[in-house]
Amino acid sequence: MSARERILAKLRKAQPELPQHLPSLDAHYAPRVRGESRQERLARFRTGIEGFHADVHISTAGNWPQVLATLCAEKNIQTLMYGAATPAAAQLEATAFGGTTLRPWAGQFEDLKADLFHRVDAGFTLARGAIAETGSLILWPSGDEPRTLSLIPPIHFVLLDAATVHPTFYDALVNENWAAGLPTNALLISGPSKTADIQQTLAYGAHGPKELIVIVINVEGGTV
Amino acid sequence: MSSPAQQSAGKPVAFVSAQALRARMHDAVNDPHLRQSFRGAMDFLMAKRAAQFPDQGELDSLRSLSESIRQYSLSKLPDLLEQLEANLTRNGVQVHWAETPEEANAIMLGIAQRHAARLIVKGKSMVSEEIEFNHAMEAAGVGALESDMGEYIVQLAGEKPSHIIMPAIHQTKQQIAKLFAEHIPGVDYTDNVDALIQIGRRVLREKFEVADIGLSGVNFAVAETGTLCLVENEGNGRMCTTVPKVHIAITGIEKVVEKLEHVAPLFSILTRSATGQAVSTYFNMISGPRRGEDKDGPEEVHLVLLDNGRSQAYADEQLRKTLQCIRCGACMNHCPVYTRIGGHAYGTTYPGPIGKIISPHMMGLEQTHLLPTASSLCGACGEVCPVKIPIPELLIRLRGEANSAPHANPAMVGQGAAYDPKISLLWKLWARLYARPATYRAFTWLATRFRALTPTQQSGWTAARTPLKPASRRLRDMVKDRR
Amino acid sequence: MSSPSHGANTPRTYPSRPQAVYFYGTCLVDMFVPEAGMDAITLLEREGIRVIFPDNQTCCGQPAFTSGFPDEARRVVEAQLDLFPGNHPIVVPSGSCAGMIRWHWEKVCAGDPALKARAEAISARTYELAEFLLHVLGFNRKDEGPATTVTLHTSCSARREMGTHLVGRELLARLGNVTLAHHDHESECCGFGGTFSLKHPDVSTAMVSDKVASLKATGASQLVTADCGCMLNITQRAAREDQDAGRACASLPGEHLATFLLRRTGGSPCGDQK
Ligand code: SF4
Repeated sequence: MSARERILAKLRKAQPELPQHLPSLDAHYAPRVRGESRQERLARFRTGIEGFHADVHISTAGNWPQVLATLCAEKNIQTLMYGAATPAAAQLEATAFGGTTLRPWAGQFEDLKADLFHRVDAGFTLARGAIAETGSLILWPSGDEPRTLSLIPPIHFVLLDAATVHPTFYDALVNENWAAGLPTNALLISGPSKTADIQQTLAYGAHGPKELIVIVINVEGGTV
Repeated sequence: MSSPAQQSAGKPVAFVSAQALRARMHDAVNDPHLRQSFRGAMDFLMAKRAAQFPDQGELDSLRSLSESIRQYSLSKLPDLLEQLEANLTRNGVQVHWAETPEEANAIMLGIAQRHAARLIVKGKSMVSEEIEFNHAMEAAGVGALESDMGEYIVQLAGEKPSHIIMPAIHQTKQQIAKLFAEHIPGVDYTDNVDALIQIGRRVLREKFEVADIGLSGVNFAVAETGTLCLVENEGNGRMCTTVPKVHIAITGIEKVVEKLEHVAPLFSILTRSATGQAVSTYFNMISGPRRGEDKDGPEEVHLVLLDNGRSQAYADEQLRKTLQCIRCGACMNHCPVYTRIGGHAYGTTYPGPIGKIISPHMMGLEQTHLLPTASSLCGACGEVCPVKIPIPELLIRLRGEANSAPHANPAMVGQGAAYDPKISLLWKLWARLYARPATYRAFTWLATRFRALTPTQQSGWTAARTPLKPASRRLRDMVKDRR
Repeated sequence: MSSPSHGANTPRTYPSRPQAVYFYGTCLVDMFVPEAGMDAITLLEREGIRVIFPDNQTCCGQPAFTSGFPDEARRVVEAQLDLFPGNHPIVVPSGSCAGMIRWHWEKVCAGDPALKARAEAISARTYELAEFLLHVLGFNRKDEGPATTVTLHTSCSARREMGTHLVGRELLARLGNVTLAHHDHESECCGFGGTFSLKHPDVSTAMVSDKVASLKATGASQLVTADCGCMLNITQRAAREDQDAGRACASLPGEHLATFLLRRTGGSPCGDQK
């Protein structure tokens, strides 16, 4: 018998005949779904993620590349890497970036590894959505926007559409039926990387990005 | 530089056996520096957790839900493990099963050797500590480098974690500064925490770039989707699971849940209970190696499912609750014993209350029978446990398993390890005395009337207190006089 | 029914004022602190309650139960099941013994359905003295004592098993001239834990010493507690510190809540008469 069979046999022998009752998760979350407006939800997201040391900039569908360009200039970004085939890429490429070189991801990770570690100053990705309750971004990296783009460069810029902010993580994954098909890697990101492993003192920029900058497309244009 | 992996190679980390618990406890409580640093750290963590749960009703509801999810998952455990395996396999993840630490290490060493790996970078994994992974790899000439800042510090110091969430909680920044200056070439002494973290970042980024394999633990494994979920703040977990060509995840068999949605409440209560964070910086859901259009990520992903005594806990309805644990560490943060002796004194991979109830299944009661006795049963652990494990009840149960005559319960390794015929006889006599009111009355009458004869040395009691002395008259005498 | 020691808040419904109660004194009070038991009885009688003291009572079985000798615990518990034939509430001047009866008797009797049913019937009407005074009798007598500041230790069982951690505070708050001084780490165990204090004296001593220091730091004139186990642990540790330091008078005197309440509200505690 293999280890697998032995372990399963031991467990089967002790397994209860009927599964334990499981109350509905909806019942727990339903009263918590707040009847709030999009602006209120966005405001909650913003408070949350700013609490985790991320910067949030509110922009519009037309103006966000300009905001990004300005931020790149302010932060003296030499090279900004982004996914080439996203709808945002075209907008990005049509914008004057001054001293910042826009570099689309091209090829496999192995071709870019050294550059990602040593020469790319910032990565730019889209967010699939966000979570108001905790101030978290949802990212589903893909061939167009690989995982390391949001991980290795010291600064991570994220573009978020205010229409995609969910009240809770539970709402996001149930309403969008994530279980029907997850990508290789799905992520929640709540701020730049950090650690409190030395004397409980919080320090940012542990192994991942040192800065997380969120640019929100707020179609309704309300103030947050 | 000489990596800590090389330094500790061949030298098993000195992890004293649980039998020496008493001596270690003695040393720990008499170490004012340790006492002060743990008290401070635990106060900090308790306050942070409390701030996350301002509403008792919401906490109660979330705890009940989390308990139900864990109990439901365990009640279907073998089914879920098979479902998990099928879906992971479909996703391209290779699944391995190990009954013992040796088997798990052999599986992982095999993978390492197949890839001619020289360096494995590790994300935080308590299961890898449980099986002494680093030691096993180093003995075979494969470097294993911790990349979680706390674990890295602990490895550099040649120690073991003293807390399951904050491994280096026992080290001061001055000690860490010294450690870095001594072990990392070109680094001068600095006790600036930001500077220290940046040093760690620089050193470890070099390693992420060249490592052949990344190792990680798993916080939740989702059966229906074949997904491994990892909770972390630093980004080293993402590095280990994304950058090297091979990713090996290792987890205990109990970590599986059925549905992706089950993860939402567990994740929320985990970070809030553990470090008092509303959410961790990263929640990483991995469902396979690089495939299709993917441009990065490991080419191979492996999952090692480890038993190591968990099936023994599973076999018993009451002890099965031990496996509900989501390893948040709240029980140790709130434990007055842990606060006073720190994590190393326990001598087990998992310290604190959870260590007292899980270690006997992993190591047998021969080595661990004293652990369940090292509790005043104050219940602080059970009160905060996010999945409502009745830890005090389980401690009492394990005391019983250790005390009972050998062979009373062959299903429990080491049952009867603390059996002492004299002690058992004393309890039998005690029961006889207290179960017979007339005898009891005679005894207490004598004890009060001859109280001058009460011994003044009363074992552990008089180590620190004035002796107990019976009153001159019993309550029942006073009651009688009054009537 | 399962123990709430792991934090479930099970708000209890209390009966209306009964004519009589059973008083379960506990073995510790019987032999070591009888005046606390006597004062508790006096308090109850003064409220017009007839107090029945079953003479065959011995011990709730807790020492054997928590030490991992469930069979021995069951034998002792079995001997208590006949003590309460009438349907009166059972009042216990100790959180930990009340907790034992309320939550664990049924567990030690679980092997025998008939025994378990009897244990459950008793558990359901068992109350810790303080909660009984507050919630059933609505204890609210005039404080006749001089102004004083006291500090309160609530036992872990009262706090986490009986859920009565706020009861002691409320009773003291009803005494107009008494100020309650809170100590740091108030919810932390005093380190007694029955056999724990004997088996692990190092850690137990560390815990009780910290507790004594926290209590003394309040500057309160005395300690009040509703559990005699904790009380003996704390005060005799403090007495030992006094002894070692050559202090003649007690730096942290303590007494049972029943004694304190009785003295403050015009009664005469039996210990005072000596
Ligand atoms: S036993 Fe409970 S409190 Fe302790 S680590 Fe596990 S889940 Fe957390």
